[in-house]
Amino acid sequence: MVDTANAGKPFVRFESVQKSYDGEILVVKNLNLDIAEGEFLTMLGPSGSGKTTCLMMLAGFETATHGQIYLGDQPINNVPPHKRGIGMVFQNYALFPHMTVSENLAFPLEVRKMSKAEIESRVQRALDMVELGAFGSRMPAQLSGGQQQRVAVARALVFDPKLVLMDEPLGALDKQLREQMQYEIKHIHENLGVTVVYVTHDQSEALTMSDRIAVFNDGVIQQLSTPDDLYERPENSFVAQFIGENNKLQGTIKGRENGNCVVELVNGKSVEALAVNVGESSDRTTLSIRPERVEINPPAGKVPNIIGGKIEELIYLGDHIRTRMSVPGNDEFIVKVPNTAGHTLLNEGETAEVGWATEDCRALDPIDVA
Amino acid sequence: MADIAAQPFQAAEQDGPVLAADGRPLKASLARALRRQRLRAFMLVAPLLFFILITFAAPIADMLFRSVENQIVPDTLPRTVLALQTWNPDSGELPSEAVFEAMVADLKDAREAKTHTRVGQRLNYESPGISSLFRKSGRGVRRIEEGPYKEALIDVDDGWAEIDTWRTIAQFSGNYTDGYFLAALDMERTPEGEVTILPDEDRIYLFLFGRTFVLSIMITLSTLLLGYPVAYLLATLPLRTSNLLMILVLLPFWTSLLVRTSSWIVLLQQQGVINDFLVTLGLIADDNRLQLIFNQTGTVVAMTHILLPFMILPLFSVMKTIPPSYMRAAKSMGANDWTAFWRVYFPNTLPGIGAGAILVFILSIGYYITPELVGGTSGTFISNRIAYHISSSLNWGLAAALGVILLGSVLLLYWIYDRIVGIDNVKLG
Ligand SMILES: Nc1ncnc2c1ncn2[C@@H]1O[C@H](COP(=O)(O)OP(=O)(O)OP(=O)(O)O)[C@@H](O)[C@H]1O
Ligand SMILES: [Mg+2]
Repeated sequence: MVDTANAGKPFVRFESVQKSYDGEILVVKNLNLDIAEGEFLTMLGPSGSGKTTCLMMLAGFETATHGQIYLGDQPINNVPPHKRGIGMVFQNYALFPHMTVSENLAFPLEVRKMSKAEIESRVQRALDMVELGAFGSRMPAQLSGGQQQRVAVARALVFDPKLVLMDEPLGALDKQLREQMQYEIKHIHENLGVTVVYVTHDQSEALTMSDRIAVFNDGVIQQLSTPDDLYERPENSFVAQFIGENNKLQGTIKGRENGNCVVELVNGKSVEALAVNVGESSDRTTLSIRPERVEINPPAGKVPNIIGGKIEELIYLGDHIRTRMSVPGNDEFIVKVPNTAGHTLLNEGETAEVGWATEDCRALDPIDVA
Repeated sequence: MADIAAQPFQAAEQDGPVLAADGRPLKASLARALRRQRLRAFMLVAPLLFFILITFAAPIADMLFRSVENQIVPDTLPRTVLALQTWNPDSGELPSEAVFEAMVADLKDAREAKTHTRVGQRLNYESPGISSLFRKSGRGVRRIEEGPYKEALIDVDDGWAEIDTWRTIAQFSGNYTDGYFLAALDMERTPEGEVTILPDEDRIYLFLFGRTFVLSIMITLSTLLLGYPVAYLLATLPLRTSNLLMILVLLPFWTSLLVRTSSWIVLLQQQGVINDFLVTLGLIADDNRLQLIFNQTGTVVAMTHILLPFMILPLFSVMKTIPPSYMRAAKSMGANDWTAFWRVYFPNTLPGIGAGAILVFILSIGYYITPELVGGTSGTFISNRIAYHISSSLNWGLAAALGVILLGSVLLLYWIYDRIVGIDNVKLG
């Protein structure tokens, strides 16, 4: 696991944490994760990969079967949730329906026995922060989804927690509102400097908002890096496939040198690729190439790797033309041809060559494709 | 076609009602469309409606009517009632010869029709002793051939010489009476016509109503105390476990009421399981066994058990809809278990508590069979008294009046509840 973003001591630390609900299946397998203070860390992964479980263990609603979680220096496995001082935003907002918006916000302050005046001013400040200053006397049911969402965020922050957990907080909103809220949450995070652990299975949301992303699959962190790293330098096939669009080519390793390797494709042709996550010679591998890094009919000598294919389908998307090609071993090979001034005109049914630079083609662990 | 397309613009321009495509007012078209729907809906419920009218609404109306009905007196003694109109009950004198003559004629007819005992019974509710007067006179009146009727009738039974007898007849000679209601509230009308409340030792019904209410409240509270945690478990346990638990909750529904009540007798009686156990433990002396049944304790215990599912089910159905994230949110904000429960969970279960409490209270206030079996004398309800008047004393008018008061007080409570809590907040499932 790479852990570069942590200069000082981690603020939250998962140490060999395991979790099983039924005593048979581990839904979280040996999780090690350090989160720095003030960081926006996103747990991203498909449904059932254990993201919520991790969040719930951190919040104290589930106990780790094995391992220890630290908050600051303190191990918190035996600290009950209400003493952890962690703010939380739930997917369905969990606003208390029998209290007004103001009463909802005042709740965490009241249980902390703050004075009336203090509570009032804090509630108003929190409402202003999410631009709902005039909505304090409404009941949650009288608010739109987006407004409820903001109240939930305000409520999780009103008592100044050091750490805020958000479990798919935008899942119930429509696309436009979701994008607006992503920006607002990010903005609040930057202004308050609070540490945020955010769970989503929407990769674009993760890429937009996060300082770092932990990609979960099957209870294991597949990769933990910054958004650009994750997109440009996926470390295994799962991440490459999960984040962004990705062309896969199956092959066998023929030889390795200087971090590169020679891979023989199914039609016997060999290409060079970056050896990221591969075994020995004659092992199988999956090559991963981003569609925008592929060039159709490249000028001779520009790129080292060229294979032949046939143009199956052209889809005009304005700024680029999405080209589906069949190449040996993959008839869903996508190329994004930028709609620049002098781009070559392509026609469906034509044969063409595709090429790419060696560093854009990453040889990863083999996966089976149907 | 062009016409139709133009219509919306016309409608927008004119100030009058919005028109539908065929030029008729939109409201009228809508009403016509809805009428057919309503008719269909009505046809669907018609059989049930009919059934309920016959088996439920009609008997209730009949009962309401019986509580004020008094036609037996004017029907059986028409001539007497007419003749008595000229008599002044406050004069201190017996009615005139004409009234006696009318009474003899009425009694002869009533004797033929065998209704004289019934009118006697009716008037006996108001003035004890009249029943036997009528029975005896029914026999003796045959011998009276001619006047003077006053002496002849008094000769048959000297009850006729008492002014109070005539006052009672005069008082209850109308088609309708408030006598049953007065009796149901432990009041009576003196022969002078004033309404007075009975002396303490003769009061039965007010006391019984009071006891019924108090015990019903106790039963409601104990079902709530016992049912709330169970409903909570049901709503929060994993599905498989909660299904099993639900079966246990519903089990009483599948067992005969009599069986359940009788088993409480087995458990609670003085030689019963619980007393035996306590004696074995040495907690009580053998000659000092607890009286746990055939009194109020027995009624409360057995009825709590029987009505418990009616509390649990509405509670459960409300709790089921409360997302676990509410409690978690409260705790994440720093509330301990109790605060989270009391400030967040509990208020959200109030509709269930309301529904369960209304249901249990209304059921228990009219409960009959269990108090009858395990209530002894101190644990019976007003409904047991109603049953007694229906099947033993045959004073249906009084039974009806008691029933109306019971119904009225339930409706009143329901209304108060609606004002305070709001019936919309009640969830039964
Ligand atoms: N309370 C529970 N009891 C038993 N198994 C559970 C429980 N909660 C979650 N699981 C299982 O643990 C695994 C991980 O669940 P988790 O909720 O952490 O997934 P997730 O990554 O949050 O998925 P999603 O994106 O769908 O929310 C799943 O296989 C799930 O079935
Ligand atoms: Mg989840």
